[in-house]
Amino acid sequence: MSTDLLNEIREDFLALEQKDRLLLLLEFANELPELPQKFQDHPDLLERVIECQSPVFIFVEVDADGAFHLHATAPRESPTTRGFASILAQGLDGLSAEEVLAVPDDYSQSIGLSEAVSPLRLRGMSAMLGRAKRQLRDRLAA
Amino acid sequence: MSAPFDPTEKFAAYAHPSKLVSTQWLAEHRGDAGLVVVESDEDVLLYEVGHIPGSVKIDWHTDLNDKVNRDYIDGAAFSALMTSKGITRDSTVVIYGDKSNWWAAYALWVFTLFGHDDVRLLDGGRTKWLAEDREITTTASPVTRTDYPVIERNDVPIRAFKADVLAHFGNPLIDVRSDEEYSGARTTMPAYPEEGALRGGHIPSAASVPWARAAATDSTFRTRSELDGIYLGEAGLAAGDDVIAYCRIGERSSHTWFVLTHLLGFDNVRNYDGSWTEWGNAVAVPIAVGSAPGTAPAPRP
Repeated sequence: MSTDLLNEIREDFLALEQKDRLLLLLEFANELPELPQKFQDHPDLLERVIECQSPVFIFVEVDADGAFHLHATAPRESPTTRGFASILAQGLDGLSAEEVLAVPDDYSQSIGLSEAVSPLRLRGMSAMLGRAKRQLRDRLAA
Repeated sequence: MSAPFDPTEKFAAYAHPSKLVSTQWLAEHRGDAGLVVVESDEDVLLYEVGHIPGSVKIDWHTDLNDKVNRDYIDGAAFSALMTSKGITRDSTVVIYGDKSNWWAAYALWVFTLFGHDDVRLLDGGRTKWLAEDREITTTASPVTRTDYPVIERNDVPIRAFKADVLAHFGNPLIDVRSDEEYSGARTTMPAYPEEGALRGGHIPSAASVPWARAAATDSTFRTRSELDGIYLGEAGLAAGDDVIAYCRIGERSSHTWFVLTHLLGFDNVRNYDGSWTEWGNAVAVPIAVGSAPGTAPAPRP
């Protein structure tokens, strides 16, 4: 695995017109997986991304093989936020810790959505990535 | 041609009952000739998730704002937008949206800058429509293009600029942001983005009335007597006052502008859309911190 998927996602967005970029974001929103049962039973394990205007919660996991997983949940009525969470959950899945930490902090600014989506929302996506990285560092240090 | 007004009893107590329609009224009238339903949300993807059949989308971010200047679109762009959405100068426009009509009220305020006469809000917005299991669709609405005239924007009656606020001191200001934003407390953690203002706090003498207090839990507007209690009672506004409302970029304060103008009947309410992202970055303007309003400085003519 490598960060190829995140790069592919970026190229997919940039290849589209603004309007279609929003529809692609909607596809991602619809693909955000349900939380695994263990988190549904333990909402206390999840961290709220307070920078997002809608309630979004994330949890970072490093499995026995050292592969990274990001779990996220956001309301159905917040498709933009769900879309961002889904891009990160899919794009980061299975990466090594080093690869995740090496993802540029400004990834959300690079996928061509700044015309269609307000700056505040894009900052919410950056914050999701920032918090995921911080959780990962905490986990590695523990 | 304008659609009939909604005779709902709750609305009759408001100053301008014709500015609201109920979900039931819209369910009955949404096919009427001369009526265009507009969805305007904070989340720019919500319309695509599902919208009231026949409604068109107006995006606050890409449709109503100029792409280069920090300003609203001009008359030509508004004309092109209306034309593309099937709206004529005589259309009755009913706007609804998420978050208690926060962005719908913003769109309505922009329509008002262009003097569009018959523009109304759906009381309860998207939330109430969905809560009542009313019909939604993902099918794009067919639009017949119109020929909307080019009308120049008239900012003066309902829009305040920074200089207007400085000259306004001594008259009531309403800050509609959260308590934390009003007091100037920083809630963000290190290494996380700030909201883009160099200073925190509020414009001295502004009363704090967070915008959402005007909405009930089902996203409808509170009743006339409840609103009177909040704005006349607690915030101390009096009939005839000249009021300026502001927030972070002017969206939440559009909601309060609607409440004060159309529900409570204040004739002189302006929305300061520069709001805190301008004031909190401006050089040499007065700021008050903490939960007290502070005293009004001398007005600067």
